[in-house]
Amino acid sequence: MPGLEELYREIILDHYRSPRNRGELDSPPATKVDGQNPLCGDEITVYLQLEGSGDNAFVADVKIAGQGCSISQSSASMMTGVIMGKKVGEIRAVSRRFKSMMGLEDIETEAGDGEVDLGDLEALQGVMKFPVRIKCAVLGWNTLTSALDEALNPPE
Amino acid sequence: MWSWLPPCLMSTICTFEPSSDVPSVQLEKQVPRCRRCAEVFDVDAIRAEFPLLTDRTIDDARLIYLDSGNTSQKPRRVIEVMTTFMEKTYAPINRSSYRLAGEATEAYEGARHAVARLINAPSVDEIVFTKNATEAMNLIAMSWGRANLGVGDVVVLTQMEHHANIVPWQMLAQERGVEIRWIGLTADGQLNLSNLDQLLDGAKVLSFTAMSNVLGTIPPTEQLCAAAHAAGALAVVDACQYVPHNVTDVQAWGADLVAFSSHKMCGPTGIGMLWGKMEILDAMPPFLGGGNMIDAVTYDGFTTAPVPAKFEAGTPAIIEAAGLTAAIEFLEGIGLHNIRQHEMQLTRYALDTLKRRFGDEITVYGPDNVEVRGGVFSFAFRDLHPHDVSQVLDESNVCVRAGHHCAKPLMKTLKVNATTRASIYLYNDEADIDALADGLEGASDIFSF
Repeated sequence: MPGLEELYREIILDHYRSPRNRGELDSPPATKVDGQNPLCGDEITVYLQLEGSGDNAFVADVKIAGQGCSISQSSASMMTGVIMGKKVGEIRAVSRRFKSMMGLEDIETEAGDGEVDLGDLEALQGVMKFPVRIKCAVLGWNTLTSALDEALNPPE
Repeated sequence: MWSWLPPCLMSTICTFEPSSDVPSVQLEKQVPRCRRCAEVFDVDAIRAEFPLLTDRTIDDARLIYLDSGNTSQKPRRVIEVMTTFMEKTYAPINRSSYRLAGEATEAYEGARHAVARLINAPSVDEIVFTKNATEAMNLIAMSWGRANLGVGDVVVLTQMEHHANIVPWQMLAQERGVEIRWIGLTADGQLNLSNLDQLLDGAKVLSFTAMSNVLGTIPPTEQLCAAAHAAGALAVVDACQYVPHNVTDVQAWGADLVAFSSHKMCGPTGIGMLWGKMEILDAMPPFLGGGNMIDAVTYDGFTTAPVPAKFEAGTPAIIEAAGLTAAIEFLEGIGLHNIRQHEMQLTRYALDTLKRRFGDEITVYGPDNVEVRGGVFSFAFRDLHPHDVSQVLDESNVCVRAGHHCAKPLMKTLKVNATTRASIYLYNDEADIDALADGLEGASDIFSF
């Protein structure tokens, strides 16, 4: 099954088997945001702890909880590895680059995005051939985006 | 001219031929039944009637379609009838006086006759066409519900309902404080009726599925309708999954309102049905306003047309109605009783095969007794996520659904986020079930860790 091998690469299965940064953070102080894919019922929770403020805010810790398929779970696991310790601006650039790799056309890339290193996330390229699964791959990222927005602009 | 009389489906094994001097439209005509065919359920001959199942290939292989609980494939006759209708008969209905429009109107009304016959409705006028079964359920909740339910009134549902039989009632609950009670499930996925009287005490409505789209469970519909009436409640049946696979008799059920759809029974999308007792439909206010549903309109107001037009605002699904008639005649030609028998045998085979090949690695939800379940198999396979299971099955062209099946509350009861669901119809056979099992072996291999 050559198509499937491209989708279920070893590194993806590894993250699925042994998800990184799985668990919870106390909220508050961490920001907790739930994301779901209403089509399949997958649920993911991102716990995000930023430190610093404004342009200097960076990810001090991040944890993932919830249930999902191998693609959504491994993508979220890889995401935590990539964003840990990074500044918000860098994370947004990775997110744009990742979503544009997924072929999401409404993503406006910015200068320099092409240089962004996706690390393990490159392995998810195979998802492109399975359009139904793109939603799975970006579920964690969309939830993270909400968490970043909320952490930077906490509700009154 | 338009002919409603179908050729015998089992032409390969049956000598029956439709008469050539059939009148163009015969609304009250009985569909011919072939006694020989009724005894021989030839899946290959049936599948040969479905172009998509025989001709469409992906990766040079045919499709193993196990998603009929979602929607069914379409037989050639339905496709041809709709094409021919558009080529020769299509025109507006109920409003223009030229002969062509008359023919189109007769065809549209012919579908009402076919539906009435299919479910043994006492009157053709009790058949209301909607966009789909979901719209029919919304019609019930929004028309009957708004006219009859207020703060504290009780609607009883079951824990195995499709969202279409949950959300419209929850909208009423939000809008006017209606209380919803739930009939629970037994460990094997049947309704727990031990406290039914208590749940129905003071209830105004009991609304339930005649066959669960997740568990396959077929509850005792007659008993439930009788219990609802004994409690003074309206009996509403979501028969979407039931009608395509079983002989349906709404009068024997004793139901008040019944919703079902065309696309799950070999007919086209875009048309659904509501059947109701005339005195109930007659007393209900209109649902959607517009053309066709009125008697008179002035600057001051309107009066409604009689049922069923009262509930059919705007130009309806005319072409789809012609296709629906063809679908019903197709099913009647084979016999709903025969379809049910075939599916019971295949359901037994599927349950046994999955158990034999995967033992404790697979959990198939719902009752084991095929007398009380239809051909829907929702399962958990090892600890694999349904999306991954369906992805691997798709590699061998086995089409199943992964997800919550529009029954999220039930998923919570089953303590899962999602299941993989295979569902059968008259065109499936044991080889399809074997292909499903083979595909699951493949999933085992990829995710073996």
